Parts: sequence; structure tokens; C-alpha cells
Amino acid sequence: MTRAEPAILLAHGGGGRLARDLLRGVVLKHFSNTTLDALGDAALLQAPTGRLAFTTDSFVVNPLFFPGGDIGKLAACGTINDLAVSGARPLALSCALIIEEGFPAHDLEVILESMKTVLESEGVAVVTGDTKVVERGAAHGLFINTAGIGAVQDPAPAGAHAVRPGDAVLVSGPIGDHGMAVLACREGLEFQGELRSDCAPLYAPARALLMAAPETRLIRDATRGGLAAILHEWCEDRDWGVELDEAAIPVRPETAALCGILGLDPLHAANEGTFAAVVPADQAQAALQALHSLPATHGAAIIGRIRADFPGRVVLDTRIRGRRIVDRPAGDPFPRIC
Amino acid sequence: MNPLPDPMAPQAFRDPGVAAALARRIRRLAERTGPAALMEVCGTHTVALFRSGVRALLGDCVTLLSGPGCPVCVTPADIVDRAAAYAKTPGVTVATYGDMMRVPGSRGSLDQARAAGGQVRVVYSPSDALALAAKNPDMRVVFLGVGFETTAPAAAAAVLHARRDGLDNFMVLNAHKLIPPALHALAAMPGLKLDGLICPGHVSAIIGLGPYREVTGKHNLPCVVTGFEPLDLLQGILMLLEQKARGEAAVENQYARAVRPQGNPRARDILFQVFEPADAVWRGLGAVPGGGMAFREEFDAFDAAARIPLDIGPAPDPPGCRCAAVLVAAVKPPECPLFANRCAPDHPVGPCMVSSEGACAAHYKYGDLS
Repeated sequence: MTRAEPAILLAHGGGGRLARDLLRGVVLKHFSNTTLDALGDAALLQAPTGRLAFTTDSFVVNPLFFPGGDIGKLAACGTINDLAVSGARPLALSCALIIEEGFPAHDLEVILESMKTVLESEGVAVVTGDTKVVERGAAHGLFINTAGIGAVQDPAPAGAHAVRPGDAVLVSGPIGDHGMAVLACREGLEFQGELRSDCAPLYAPARALLMAAPETRLIRDATRGGLAAILHEWCEDRDWGVELDEAAIPVRPETAALCGILGLDPLHAANEGTFAAVVPADQAQAALQALHSLPATHGAAIIGRIRADFPGRVVLDTRIRGRRIVDRPAGDPFPRIC
Repeated sequence: MNPLPDPMAPQAFRDPGVAAALARRIRRLAERTGPAALMEVCGTHTVALFRSGVRALLGDCVTLLSGPGCPVCVTPADIVDRAAAYAKTPGVTVATYGDMMRVPGSRGSLDQARAAGGQVRVVYSPSDALALAAKNPDMRVVFLGVGFETTAPAAAAAVLHARRDGLDNFMVLNAHKLIPPALHALAAMPGLKLDGLICPGHVSAIIGLGPYREVTGKHNLPCVVTGFEPLDLLQGILMLLEQKARGEAAVENQYARAVRPQGNPRARDILFQVFEPADAVWRGLGAVPGGGMAFREEFDAFDAAARIPLDIGPAPDPPGCRCAAVLVAAVKPPECPLFANRCAPDHPVGPCMVSSEGACAAHYKYGDLS
């Protein structure tokens, strides 16, 4: 008989010796820094001058490991990206773990290690956190919440009020990879091929875009609901709409193929390392060049424009020069993807 | 950077130049023959016509009517009620295609049954449901068998495998339907004036061209079996208009790269080994003689309705819902009084607004460019 794999027990969340072991032996091992190591009730940070950006997100992706990433990478990138697309430089993150009793300790180590890899590459620290263990069945293995604060830099996106007809809409890379990779992995579809999540930090691309196109109106990472969802959010109740050019929208062949088979629309599939932006037409080429100069966003493309003649709508010019409405995703045909 | 190519949708079938040329020919013909009313029988065609922009490209010269070929939409509400009741039966798990989850029965959807503690699993094929049964011998797995000749052979194959493997905890709630009898019923409907049928590519891959010859012969109705790429759709429409211009009614096959004249005899053998044609109720068409399938007697052990009898009361359509009329093109989706106000994809009243291939959902999502 083989020995049971080390697993997280309810007692690891109990505040006693096992809890201390988990904190020091596992969590601090990966996230150690002077602020966190002080283990105070709150992290004490130097306040930057100017505006702060503050965000939080919970991650419940199923499965926890998928081609191109895992829940740890997602939890680090997700919050960093929310700050980055708001024009902020990420300063510090919190990390709260909700672990299901019996969760393999080794998996937890792997997940924290992937968080750490992202944090190190981005120069951001986890400065405060929390760990809870819940009974078997009360969580799906592991849930992670991260919050982040960042210093808003100049230039930052101006906001939806600054959008003008004629502005260009661009994406930082091929769309839909995360949603379709997670779907294929979770459903055990034999058709997986080279499908990989695009999960990646976006601070450098967002900053490059803003420096090249200082009058950038909007940037958003196109997470749940995909590109279609954020375009709808942007133009809802506005006196302008979005016209997309289907032939210009980058979609990887494997992502397009799986969408085709399942009858899903890549415009509705989630991204975790791809943003959309609205920039003035005369700064669009500079923005594109700046994105193309970075390896992570060499697939960026201008995919459409802001139009005054169909306010509040997103319209797609199809490959055969027909036209259709792009619908707002209803419900969620996809599994838990973030 | 150039957009990445899409191998599943070869660019050759989406060429804008060829599309424009086909559209010009269609418009010119329509000027000569007068506007044509064509019905796309299949829900996948309904969606493809919208999504590709073909409808917008053609404008008013061709009226495209959506037909009854959405399996989710034509499934009567009592089947949903029955499936939801199974889901709430201890020890029973309902395995279903995702499309059926949000379809309202008369007492709620499978989605709602699951939220209330019912056991429902979404599967991508009947073999997934079979695998679920094999893995869980204590669980009775009821596969919700909806669909036409396209999907029914896979359900039949799963039944054959279950029998071979001795899996007596696998059953099918059989609501499969056969397309040709429905086309006869449709063509015989008074008041429906059609110049031709855009016939379903997928179903035809199984049934071949033979059944359409009977439809054409009996009702003098042109039929063109058509594929799903933009140029397929345009060419299929053009072929129907050319028949109209010549004053003919014939069966033609635009989708010859996928549909053989004789169809797929092997799939039909599997299908009719397990099921036999039977009368069935179609939402919209009502009782269609031979329009459905029943288990052959020797497979009764896999018939959920026989194995787990339930007393399901009558299931009236929701008040005000015009899905039944939409399914036979008696009204267009926007003409339904509930369309886009009480009934929308986020809060559907009728099945045509739920299904990804439903005519109402397609009109709502892609339709109104005005």
C-alpha cells in the first residue's frame, strides 16, 4: 500500500500548530517579503502620491490546472491586469486562500509557485493574506481571492466620456483562447490540440499602449463574456456604437475550430491576457506598433471603429461584406473560467 | 499582423468577391421572377444566414423563413417536464445536451430543477452519458434523447453499446424526430406559400436525397440540400431561384462534398435497429404521422418512459407564446407579442428564444439592424 499523499486538513485552518505550519512552511515560503513576514493584522505600506487604484477578484476556475496556466497564475494575472488596464502600476496584492479539506498539499505548492512566478516577473509582492480550510464538498478544491492596489500613472485611460466617432478599436492579441482552452480541458474533449489559455500579465503592454497613444480613451481586459461583453458595456447608453471588421479580428485556428464545432462565438469566449482598447484614430498606428514591439502582444490588431450612427450597438461587418449585430452574451455557455 | 487563418471555415467558402457575384445573380433573378419566399428548414441554417451576413447582403429580394428544424424548439413542453421530474427522482441523473437546460417546460426548466437539487449533467454526446452510467453503477442515467436523424443514430449506438456491455442503468428519454414526415406536414399546411426549401445539410448526410424526391413529387416544391458556409448558402439560394425561373421543382444537392445521394446507410441501419418510426407531437405542427421514433420492443429495457413511469400532467404552452406559429413560419419572430419584451434570451418564455438555433434567438441576437 502506498502512503497517502500529504493533504490539507481542517486543522490546517484551525489557528493551531498545523495552521502555523501551513502559513510558514507553505505560504510564506513562496511569498516571503518584509511586509508580509511581519505577520501583522494589516500590511503597513508607504503611501504613494497621486491617485490609487484598488481592485479585487475571486477565482473559482474549474479545472484548477489547464493548458497555459492554473488558478494561481490566473489569480495573480487577473488582479494585476485589472490595475494595469486602469492605468495603474501594481504595488501590492493580497491573497486569500479557501481550501477544501483533503486538497493535495503538492497541488497547493504548485499553484503558489505559479503565483510567485508572475509576481516576481512583475515586481509585485503579496503583502497580506488569509487562509481558510472548509469541509469537504464546501469548495471545489481551492478558491483564491486577490485584491490589489496600484499607483495611477500618467497618462491613464481618459474614460468613456472621451470616446469620439472615428476612434479606433484594437485588441492586444488573438481572442477567445482562455475560454476555449478551459472548456476543452474541463470537458475532456479529445479535441485540444495546441489550445492554450492566454493567461498573462498585461502591465507592460498596457503601459506601452498608453505611452504610444497618450489620449487612449479606454482599455479593458476582455475576461468573462469575452470581447463582446466589454464592447457592450462600453457603449451601453452612449450616443455611439462599435463597428467591427470580422476579417481583422485575430482568432487562432484551433480556437476558431473548437468554437465552430461547439457553435460558440469567439467574441463571447473569455480572455485572461488580452485587452481591448479605444484610441484616437491618429494614434492607432503608434499604439499598434508599440504593442507589436512586445512579444506578448505581437498579435495585436485594429479590429474596428467607433460609429455615431448606431448608438449603443455593436455591429460586425462579416467576411462576405454582410452585416450582423454582435449580441451581448446571455447566461454563460462556458464553464467556470476564472 | 494578418488575421490568423481559420482552417475549419476555409476562406474559399467565405470569399467576398464570389459572395458579391452570387448576390448580384440572386438579385437579378429575383427581379425577373419576383421576390421569392424560401424556407430554411434547419436551425443551423437560420443562425448561419444571420451570422454570416447573408440575410443583410440579400436584403428584400428573398424572404427567408425559418422552419421547424430546431430539435430543441419542436420538443413539446411535457418532455421537459418529464426530464425535470426524473432529475428530481432519487437515484436518477438526467444527462442532456446543454441546449435543453434552459428550455422552459410547463413547470420550469432543467436548469431550475438542478438548482432545486435535481441531478442533471450536461453531456456532449450520448456516449458521454453512457460513460457516466458505466462509471456509476448505482446511478440510473437517463439520456434526454432529442434531435433528428443527425443525432439519433448516436443515441441508438449508445443503446446498442449499453446492451452489449450489460449496462442496465442507462436509459433514453426518447423524443427523437424524423424530418421528412414533418416536411410533408408543412408543405400541406394551408396558407404557407413557399417557392422552395433550403434543406438541412446535416440531416441529409444521413437520409440522402431520396426522401426529398417524395416531398418535391407530392407538393411540387423545389428542394436544395445546402451547406453552412456563406458561399454554400448563397449558392443554395441561387439554385432555388433558378428552379423557380425555369418553372421546375427538383431535388438538387449543393452540399455534395458532405452529402451523398444515398446518405449514410450504416447510420440508418443503427438507428432503425433500435427505433422504429412512430407518430409524434411536434411543437408547431402538432401530431405528425411517422414524425417521431419509438423504441423497438426488444429495446424496451432502455426506454426511460417504460422503465421509470411518471404521471406527468398536461403541459400547455406558455400563455401568449407564439413559438408554435413561429416554427411553421406562420408568424415571424418579431411579430410575436412577447418578442424582445417579456421574452428575451436572458428570460426566455418559449423554446425558440432559448435554443442557440431557435429562430427567435437568432432574430433577437443578430436581427434588427434598423
